[in-house]
Amino acid sequence: MSALHRKLLRDLMRLWPQALAIALVMAAGAATLILGVGTHGSLAETRAAYYERSRFADVFADLTRAPEVFADEIARIPGVGAVETRISKLALLDLPDMVEPASAMIVSLPDVREQRLDLLHMVRGRPPAAGAEREVVVSRPFADANRFDLGSTFTALINGRERTLEIVGIALSAEFIYAMGPGDLMPDDRRFGVVWMSERALAAAWDLTGAFSTVHLALMRDASEAAVIERLDDLLTRYGGLGAHGRKDQTSHAFLDAELKQLEAMSKILPPIFLVVAAFLVNMTLTRLIALEREQIGLLKALGYSDLAVGRHYLEFVAVIAVVGAALGVGAGTWLGMGMAGIYSDFFHFPFLVFRLDPSVWAVAVGVTLAAALGGAAAAVAGVVRLPPAVAMQPPAPARYRHGVAHRFYRALAVRQTMVMVIRHIGHRPLRSLGSVLGIALAVSVLVGSLWVYGSTELMIDVTFHRSDRQHATIGFARSRGASALADVAALPGVMVTEPFRTIPVKIRHGAVVRRVAISGRARDTDLSRLLDADFRPVVLPETGIALSDMLAKILDVRVGDTVEVELLERDRRRVDVVVTAIITAYLGLGAHMDLAAASRLMREGEELSGVHIAYDPARRDELFARIKRTPVAGFVALQPVALQKYRETLEQNLHIMVSIYAMLGMIIAFGVVYNFARISLSEQGREMASLRVLGLSRGEVSGILLSELAILTLAAQPLGWLLGHVIAGAMVRGLENELYRVPLVILPEVHAWASLVIAVSALASGLVVRRRIDRLDLIEVLKTRE
Amino acid sequence: MDAPIFETRALTKIYRTGAVEVQALRGVDFEATRGEFVVLLGPSGSGKSTFLNIIGGLDRATSGVVRFAEHDLTAMEERELTLYRRDHVGFVFQFYNLVPSLTALENVQLVTEIARAPMRAEEALAVVGLADRLDHFPAQLSGGEQQRVAIARAIAKRPEVLLCDEPTGALDSATGVRVLDALVRVNAELGATTLVITHNAAIREIAHRVVHFGDGRILSTHVNAGRKAPSEISW
Ligand SMILES: Nc1ncnc2c1ncn2[C@@H]1O[C@H](COP(=O)(O)OP(=O)(O)OP(=O)(O)O)[C@@H](O)[C@H]1O
Ligand SMILES: [Mg+2]
Repeated sequence: MSALHRKLLRDLMRLWPQALAIALVMAAGAATLILGVGTHGSLAETRAAYYERSRFADVFADLTRAPEVFADEIARIPGVGAVETRISKLALLDLPDMVEPASAMIVSLPDVREQRLDLLHMVRGRPPAAGAEREVVVSRPFADANRFDLGSTFTALINGRERTLEIVGIALSAEFIYAMGPGDLMPDDRRFGVVWMSERALAAAWDLTGAFSTVHLALMRDASEAAVIERLDDLLTRYGGLGAHGRKDQTSHAFLDAELKQLEAMSKILPPIFLVVAAFLVNMTLTRLIALEREQIGLLKALGYSDLAVGRHYLEFVAVIAVVGAALGVGAGTWLGMGMAGIYSDFFHFPFLVFRLDPSVWAVAVGVTLAAALGGAAAAVAGVVRLPPAVAMQPPAPARYRHGVAHRFYRALAVRQTMVMVIRHIGHRPLRSLGSVLGIALAVSVLVGSLWVYGSTELMIDVTFHRSDRQHATIGFARSRGASALADVAALPGVMVTEPFRTIPVKIRHGAVVRRVAISGRARDTDLSRLLDADFRPVVLPETGIALSDMLAKILDVRVGDTVEVELLERDRRRVDVVVTAIITAYLGLGAHMDLAAASRLMREGEELSGVHIAYDPARRDELFARIKRTPVAGFVALQPVALQKYRETLEQNLHIMVSIYAMLGMIIAFGVVYNFARISLSEQGREMASLRVLGLSRGEVSGILLSELAILTLAAQPLGWLLGHVIAGAMVRGLENELYRVPLVILPEVHAWASLVIAVSALASGLVVRRRIDRLDLIEVLKTRE
Repeated sequence: MDAPIFETRALTKIYRTGAVEVQALRGVDFEATRGEFVVLLGPSGSGKSTFLNIIGGLDRATSGVVRFAEHDLTAMEERELTLYRRDHVGFVFQFYNLVPSLTALENVQLVTEIARAPMRAEEALAVVGLADRLDHFPAQLSGGEQQRVAIARAIAKRPEVLLCDEPTGALDSATGVRVLDALVRVNAELGATTLVITHNAAIREIAHRVVHFGDGRILSTHVNAGRKAPSEISW
């Protein structure tokens, strides 16, 4: 080993805490990169494999009823690779040990042929026997949540008739990765499941023998989805088609896709922060090391080492740290990524998980870490290369301090000299001090940028559940019913308030942008389910026109007064121009609302209802639920309190994980920055501190100098950190935003306080670690030597 | 003579570095009275600095007794030693150990802010003849001037003892004389017992008493019949 390499090793061993602190920041950068990219990559890959193996369809369409032979005609549409027809209907369930009604999507399985698309992935048991009326396969999450096993039974209201069903199989399906009940906001596996039955049995129950109510298509590789959808819609008009759509509008796929896009967006926010901080730490530490080794550098050059050899020595020092940091980061990132992918995979109930990390991701992680390190080192090393040996051998010119403008104030205000030392030392190397302030600020910002989500979630919950959708339950009819249905619901036991609504599936279009949404026709001035304006004040629906949710308005790029084109997907597929008369605030979904009478006019029919929002007397809840479960009033029942609880549970679980990771990362940054600053400050001022101890200043007073310096930087960093935190939160809001939901950007005051507190504790901890060194300063040693 | 302000009995100091032991002091018995000006001479490695550091409360004896007035330094805790240095001792070293970020005045104020009955910092600097350089930073002062700031800083607290380890070691003769002059004036005006370590035999002549160190012991003591003023000596 060469002498320079031995020096390198000794330097690293001597400076190991600082080197480690820097390596940890780098590791965090590399880890977040791999975690984000790896988790996203694995999940995307797993989904692709899952879709592929189960032949997940590309185009989906519901209709009223079409004869089975019609499938052949559909198969002849150019670009269609495979056609799968089926019957699928919603049904209310009465589950043992559950007071609330549950519901299920009942889907037919072909009796005589194999499934062509959307193959079931059987986990246990077997498919139902052909024509078996009692036998069902249920989705695994639903079975797990209700502790069902093979042989368990439950009751379903199928087309108004009670049936006892027995579970003969448990399965997963790529079609229902994200299985959400109608009217629900989050998957609730206890209250919503997928139930597969023999086609013949189901057809008999719904009078659909020899017919189908749903068709799924797989497209050929180069087919145009839009063209196929258009053709299919034309064909299905006769059969009560409700408008075909692609995967983009398939609930499960859309939610999964939104999650994956979020993961991808989030994975881009953190790594750059860490790499910037790492580069700065490298710069700060190396600059000091080089200052201390000036004479050695001169000596090496005088001995005949070339400028480049000496420069390379310092680059190698940094490279070793970067390699260690990158290795730690790659290890931690891969491990965390696997864990994270596992958590997500469980959440989505993937039957398998492809954890595949592209080696190129590792290469990128190591590459950017090295680049950040060498970038940070560049300036300092360039100085080494340029330094002429003769100059290096002379002691450096004494640190020049000058009178600042504040000079007079110190005297007037009787500022203690130790404090003057602190202030002048901070001002002496303004770039380093500013860099440290920025580093600490970034640590604060990472915390602000994660902690805000709690307050934001609370606001979302408050707006959604307490101000906007305040009904206790929503009863949805299996098919739309006349106005008299309202009286039926009102007559149910315990029902106190009723608000009818009508849902109309439409395509809404402005310019080139089209979205599939359901217009909700509703009474103009409602009390349970309300529309809110931008200030969360209830909006009275105008008598004419349409009210759009802010997200939909943004997507369509329309304002109040603009006209949108509404294409009815039910009945005659008429296209009507409607004026946007209000924009309302909504965090979930794309909403469009009309006055109930206007909706009826749009449909050119009398008042038809799709369902009723109700408020009930909690004391009579059980009685009400019992009635709903037995009488064929409801096709489904959405329960707001249950939804709220589920929503909280799911979010809190996910948020806790995310916030803990962010908090830990923020603390690593803060510790790394403060520790390195403190060590360098001590290295520069250790001699002065020892001489102050000789003069009779106590340990506390002397370490107070360093701690004050750290405190000032940390304090100064807070406002900047808050500001940057708002920027990060803004970036996260944009990353989280999709057409299914968005998160409001609200940063509550306490978020700043918590972020600052956590970072202050972390800074204090590193300050105290360094303080131990001050306490152990050798007083006599410094007196013997010249600086 | 008065009761001694300093008294050491059978003072020893052993440095242990791994397996190696260095006996720096091998039983030093020493006394100094209030207001005395003592010069310590001796070859390099004879234990002068070690001795000075122990009686200044910077280091601890391995055995023996050190008394300052009625305090027993050997029994003191770290915190008490700090207070002892703060309240009673002024140090001057070969390397001035000024704080580079503070001006001359501020370096002195560093001490006057924490001392019990200090003189004004300006006054201390006037004593060493630097009344017109108050606002200069150490980097803007010559070596002799820096050393005089260090003396001003040492005397500003009105110390009872002034301990100087080779205060002129880094200075030329003329500058050294000015520094010694400052020390003698402080000794006379404040009555601070002053101990000065030096390798410069010429300096012995300004002392009341000269103590010779050798091999960790006091070899001999010599009382000067007539003192010279610093201006009368040179080297
Ligand atoms: N920290 C230490 N560790 C080990 N040995 C030490 C230490 N300090 C001093 N010594 C040893 O103790 C002995 C006395 O040292 P001291 O510094 O007191 O000598 P000195 O008389 O002041 O010498 P000089 O005139 O060169 O300053 C020497 O042998 C020295 O090597
Ligand atoms: Mg010495």
